[in-house]
Amino acid sequence: MKQSQSQAQGAATFDEMLSGGDGVRPPYRRFRNWLDGQEPARLLKKARDAEAIFRRTGITFNVYGDEQSNERLIPFDMIPRIIAAGEWRRLTEGIEQRVVALNAFLHDIYHRQEIVRAGRVPKHLLVNNDALLPQMMGVTPPGGVYTHIVGIDIVRTGENEFFVLEDNARTPSGVSYMLENRETMLQMFPELFSANRVRPVKDYPALLRQSLTACPPERCSGKPVVAVLTPGIHNSAYFEHAFLADEMGVELVEGSDLRVIDGRVQMRLTTGYQPIDVLYRRVDDAFLDPLTFNPESMLGVPGIMDVYRSGGITIANAPGTGIADDKAIYSYMPEIVEFYTGRRALLENVPTWRCSDAESLSYVLDHLAELVVKEVHGSGGYGMLVGPAASKKEIEAFRDKLKARPGNYIAQPTLALSTVPVLVENGIAPRHVDLRPFVLVSDKVRIVPGGLTRVALKEGSLVVNSSQGGGTKDTWVLGD
Amino acid sequence: MLGRTANGLFWMARYMERAENTARLLDAGLRIALTRTGDASGEWESVLNSAGVAEAFRANGRQATAETVADFLLRAPESPSCVLNTLRAARDNGRMVRTALTRDAWESLNAGWLNLRERLSAPFTETDLPEVLSDIKRETALFRGMFYGTALRNENYSFARLGTYVERADNTSRIIDVKYYVLLPSFSRVGSSLDNYHWEAILRSVSAHRAFAWAYNAEPTPVLIADFLILNKKMPRSLAACYQEITHHLGLLGEGAGCHKSACEIAAMLESGSIDTIFAEGLHEFLTDFVQRNNALSSAIATTYRFIPD
Repeated sequence: MKQSQSQAQGAATFDEMLSGGDGVRPPYRRFRNWLDGQEPARLLKKARDAEAIFRRTGITFNVYGDEQSNERLIPFDMIPRIIAAGEWRRLTEGIEQRVVALNAFLHDIYHRQEIVRAGRVPKHLLVNNDALLPQMMGVTPPGGVYTHIVGIDIVRTGENEFFVLEDNARTPSGVSYMLENRETMLQMFPELFSANRVRPVKDYPALLRQSLTACPPERCSGKPVVAVLTPGIHNSAYFEHAFLADEMGVELVEGSDLRVIDGRVQMRLTTGYQPIDVLYRRVDDAFLDPLTFNPESMLGVPGIMDVYRSGGITIANAPGTGIADDKAIYSYMPEIVEFYTGRRALLENVPTWRCSDAESLSYVLDHLAELVVKEVHGSGGYGMLVGPAASKKEIEAFRDKLKARPGNYIAQPTLALSTVPVLVENGIAPRHVDLRPFVLVSDKVRIVPGGLTRVALKEGSLVVNSSQGGGTKDTWVLGD
Repeated sequence: MLGRTANGLFWMARYMERAENTARLLDAGLRIALTRTGDASGEWESVLNSAGVAEAFRANGRQATAETVADFLLRAPESPSCVLNTLRAARDNGRMVRTALTRDAWESLNAGWLNLRERLSAPFTETDLPEVLSDIKRETALFRGMFYGTALRNENYSFARLGTYVERADNTSRIIDVKYYVLLPSFSRVGSSLDNYHWEAILRSVSAHRAFAWAYNAEPTPVLIADFLILNKKMPRSLAACYQEITHHLGLLGEGAGCHKSACEIAAMLESGSIDTIFAEGLHEFLTDFVQRNNALSSAIATTYRFIPD
């Protein structure tokens, strides 16, 4: 039988549920049996129930510049994304190696820059790079830890093909969705969890607290006092900030609650001021300290950087970690991992053309229609070109931007991201997904078996960002 | 706890109380307007005065009718203390102190806000009004019940209760003050019974027209009504009842602070006061003085417990 065009395309895309020899891949077998016995109408009703729960609970995110409906729900799809025990083991080994390398790289960059002297990373990537903070040169953070919390974005293209798409080393968000999605699934389909050995994720807040507490600053005496710093209720991830503070049982503070007194950052309680030892900040570097960075910032704490440099507080993540998740640096990650761990990187990078390089630029300009082009400092899926999905006009407009500032862009092949089915009106349909496991770095590396699976809900779309119409799924890591 | 959290709890509770009282005030006004033959605009004027928005209402030449007053008190964006804006402020404060609320309390606050925002999104007719008002009363009561039923009895709880009673004392005293002229001897001799309509308006605005009869077993007279709303601790919206709670919660928060002293002085004044003396010295003067002292206490609480940076 001749393959039709759609089948040919389907064959190129790896479906995590259906691309098995006999139609269903092993981790999904029990789930699939269950799914076959479900009434579609019942599932759709459950989907609406789930949405009502999310709305009532206030699990929303705010969209910048969207005044009208500024608290939106991230759509939740009820078909779980399932990862087998062996797959997870492989991933965690690679992730652990990578975060160790990231921290070693950061320490090196802010100290002797051996990797530059060794000629493995070019100096020009560091000079004039806004993500490199001169204020951090020579500063060693408590415990030598830079990235206390990392979100490693991973995509899959085949049975054994995993790639790291991005290292989120600043303030990765989304972990509250990992936890709430599981909570919702447990409430709606308890029977699924007695039939499948799904490893729990609920320990994340406790592990986060342990991990943060294990990195006290020099001047901390006694049990470290932890707090979460939020920009406030209008921030897009406010729900998550409140959620994590609440789950950890620590104060959720804003800049206006904090003041530097006697060389410590202290929070204003009803009874007076109390020093904070470890600050899990969800405020960007630029807003952290108006005396050091953006002087207009109302979100930070004047003088916190001085306290930090004198060992009076742990800031998680450390200021200046952005240099490690810069997209231009990303392309050097295989070299970086090898340089600091002495081993080949277990997790591969997506092949990347640096447009700052003349030869690469001319290749990229010739192949714009096939490539994904991203801004070096961009995030959230903004300012990028997905060649195969773009119109001729969009490509030409992008070509001009690229020619004007080539150093501002990198390009990657359009990966055939794996798909997982989602629930649609008339059954199920495949949609592209990625995976963001959350990694805690401190006295040791802690990884909760799970993560945030983001799914591009629009048919054929490869952009999974919530700001661009992406949704989320519960992510199951199966036990042995 | 954080000073800002105390501030958020205090104002969340104040705004919820305010929203509820505005609905009750409007409900009373509506009832009077419906049952009274003749011109109801005087009654609407009282309602606007009690809510403290009469001037803002008149600003662009509005005429007071059930619909215009309801629109202004419930949903007009330009009306800062309308129920919609008050609830938004309550919910924003609740969201800010999310970690200090139980999940049940937060969900009822959030669900209540989502429901009422929808309900108040478009103008409504006089026919819809009773249902809208009962929705507001139900949602605010649900929140109060969830909060009361699930909150740990710690300082979080006390700061929220303080907000409730400071706001309630303010509202009750303003309701009496707007109607004080009908309680004055010159209007109706002391001891004589009042025109039905007047006493009903007052008692209904505090949801106590039946309770009064049970408490006093007598025809409402100006003196008895004033006694009921100012000095009777059994009446949960009276000034004395509010101050009994305020001093109780301030006591739980810790002795010795400046605001305790002024709260205790006000409570003692209500405790030992007699209604005859209050009338003799001037009801309006008494209420004006009370509102000022109540406001001053609110500021003193904010300072004592470091609600905002100094």
